[in-house]
Amino acid sequence: MKFLDEFRDPTAARRLLAEIRRAATRPWTLMEVCGGQTHSLLRHGIDAELEGIVELIHGPGCPVCVTPLEAIDFACELCLRGDTMLVSFGDMLRVPGSRGSLLDARAAGGNVRTVYSPLDAVELAHRHPELQVVFFAVGFETTTPTTALAVHLAAARELENFSLLVAHVRVMPAMEAIAASADCRVQAFLAAGHVCTVTGCAEYAPFVARFQIPVVVTGFEPVDLLQGILECVRQLESGRLRVANCYRRTAHDSGNPTAQRLVSDVFEICDRPWRGFGVIPRGGVKLRAEFKRFDAEPRFAGTRLPVLDPTECKSADVLAGRIKPTACASFGTTCTPDSPLGAPMVSSEGACAAYFRYAGSSHTPTHATRP
Amino acid sequence: MNQHLSSPSCPALSTTDGQQITLAHGEGGRLMRRLLRERILPALEGTRKHDEDDAATLPLVKGQCAFTTDSYVVSPLSFPGGDIGTLCVYGTVNDLAVAGARPLWISLSLIIEEGLGLPVLDSVLQSIAAAAREANVTVVTGDTKVVPRGAADRLFINTSGVGLLLSPPIAGPAELRSNDELLVSGPIGRHGMAVMAAREQLDIQPCPTSDCASLVAAVEALRAAEVPVVALRDATRGGVAAVLHEWADRCDCTLAIEEASIPVTPDVRGVCELLGLDPLHVANEGTMVAAVRPGFGAAATDALRKVPASAKAAIIGRTTERSISPVVVRRGLGRYLPLDEPSGAPLPRIC
Amino acid sequence: MCLAIPGKVVQWIDRDPLTALADVEFGGVTRPCHMACVPEARLGDYVVVHAGVAIARLDADEAARVLTELASLPDEVEWPAADRRETAP
Repeated sequence: MKFLDEFRDPTAARRLLAEIRRAATRPWTLMEVCGGQTHSLLRHGIDAELEGIVELIHGPGCPVCVTPLEAIDFACELCLRGDTMLVSFGDMLRVPGSRGSLLDARAAGGNVRTVYSPLDAVELAHRHPELQVVFFAVGFETTTPTTALAVHLAAARELENFSLLVAHVRVMPAMEAIAASADCRVQAFLAAGHVCTVTGCAEYAPFVARFQIPVVVTGFEPVDLLQGILECVRQLESGRLRVANCYRRTAHDSGNPTAQRLVSDVFEICDRPWRGFGVIPRGGVKLRAEFKRFDAEPRFAGTRLPVLDPTECKSADVLAGRIKPTACASFGTTCTPDSPLGAPMVSSEGACAAYFRYAGSSHTPTHATRP
Repeated sequence: MNQHLSSPSCPALSTTDGQQITLAHGEGGRLMRRLLRERILPALEGTRKHDEDDAATLPLVKGQCAFTTDSYVVSPLSFPGGDIGTLCVYGTVNDLAVAGARPLWISLSLIIEEGLGLPVLDSVLQSIAAAAREANVTVVTGDTKVVPRGAADRLFINTSGVGLLLSPPIAGPAELRSNDELLVSGPIGRHGMAVMAAREQLDIQPCPTSDCASLVAAVEALRAAEVPVVALRDATRGGVAAVLHEWADRCDCTLAIEEASIPVTPDVRGVCELLGLDPLHVANEGTMVAAVRPGFGAAATDALRKVPASAKAAIIGRTTERSISPVVVRRGLGRYLPLDEPSGAPLPRIC
Repeated sequence: MCLAIPGKVVQWIDRDPLTALADVEFGGVTRPCHMACVPEARLGDYVVVHAGVAIARLDADEAARVLTELASLPDEVEWPAADRRETAP
């Protein structure tokens, strides 16, 4: 597949690895924010290749993992109403709320449909005028334009049975929260390449200036990740810190203004609770007044049950990079992908699930072999 | 809120246009007998025994039998490459074939949801007949039930099958030893992607097509070539990864495969990339994993490639001494990394 | 987060700014994708698609430039013997 295979080329990847080994005079600690990057790093064994040279802390880049309990509980209640279809990305289905997941709710008779795109939810609303169709809108800034487009189209078609359960989050405020924390060990960030595809990277300049931490916009394939890591190492070695863009083929410096406009028409920034973090100021978005009629919360006000608080999941510490998944006592024992205690073990992007999947159920060195 | 008013219907007069299964069909009376005599049995003509007794009388066989059962609940009922009828025959036939048996007789039990259209039933029956003919098996007994609306998803089918165990027997995964060679009989992930694309109406062109087919000829080819087969398994739910994990569970080896050697058609690859799925976790219905003794991998692929259903057979790896991970895969960078066991049905992801 | 795949625009279906739709080819398969974020895309352009929506046009020249640069990197050095783990497989 063009523009995918070339960036998985093992020869190019090994050359970059060699460059990184040459460039690093001491070990460095990096954080990749995006769950898709975590998934790719572990799947291709890049973290193992860099052992001793670069430590990769996996950040809270899994929007599924940081979706608050209240939102999941609300989604479960909605789908059980009888007159409502809850439409969601597949990623959310197994994440436990305080009373079970959407999959559990479906087993109990809830109406839950998975879709590949929010636009499919609009289609479902059109096809089922007898039902209320609620789309569970999770995701970072990469996904927000797709939901915004769905709202525009629903408005154009004057659909009265379509609404959103808004849980979109913004990456930058989370990065700020991590960089500002007293025990922050992160020396450079790999910024989420597809988020920057939409937003651009201008907002990272003040971040770098304030925290004196390099930010490098990075893609997802092995070659992209290694390029981003190499750039971080070079900056850290030279002490010349700045915003760099190593994913220019997709993430142009100014992002996608058309997508940004579609989003700002429909959404505005707001404070939002992140699961495991508490409220992050300006950490999310909400529907603007002109589109408030598409908000599921006022539409279904009165359905809410109190949130139960499970205490065993250390997602907060994992998501902030304070502990590795394997340091959690429940990892691999009471908490596995089949019986997850919290979100990071469910989502395929969650740090815990990625560890379980690619590093085996115990953190031991992976096998190496010279090709 | 938009109100959709359905046309009023009077229950007493509400009949079907005669073109749907109703609860009355399942009551064992005249309608049921008509359904059997006029639809089900004629459709299976040529592939069934000619008595309608509850229990089929079968001849004694010389040697041991293999007996298997499976239920089929696929949705949608029909997808590119087959339907529930094709599946229910080939699925059971393949279970017997990979057990080292020649499939002989199958039973056919239908659980029909009230309201299923007769044309749909006819179509499924035709598929069953065609598959049975192709696989050279006889439908010897069966059952039909009708359940109220909502109690079944349109149509559920159970087939059980009996086959004659052939010689030499297949040793089984417990006998896997280091350096045994691992193969697949064809490109992987086709069935799961075909069903998902159809069910979710993903609007993919060309439509991913199921690999649903009989593996009898492929297994026979290995036997005829005298390849020492250690283990065989059709890679259904959970895909190739599930089979490898199951085998690793039964033996003392690690199963190591090479990503670059695994055959995947461009359309399956494209859909999997789009949805974030791994073809190794996706179901197949006409593709098997085989383990053969060291040095016989090439002979095995040669033999398999002469059969249409396994024309693209390939060696994908081997067994090694057991290390920490039971199943490992080598991708581009050269390391062997754990291949996780599938848990739950693969769901498309945005993350 | 953010599974997005590059594909080639092979046919425009709808050019209205909001309902914009085009057939996009990914390796062996083609699928209609929403194009409201990239209305200026031309036939033959590559776009990056997330959740059924194209979110950017891919800069093919930039991709080529990066790959050329990578090709000019020296090959990896031999690992010192201590690092050469010959364990199975």
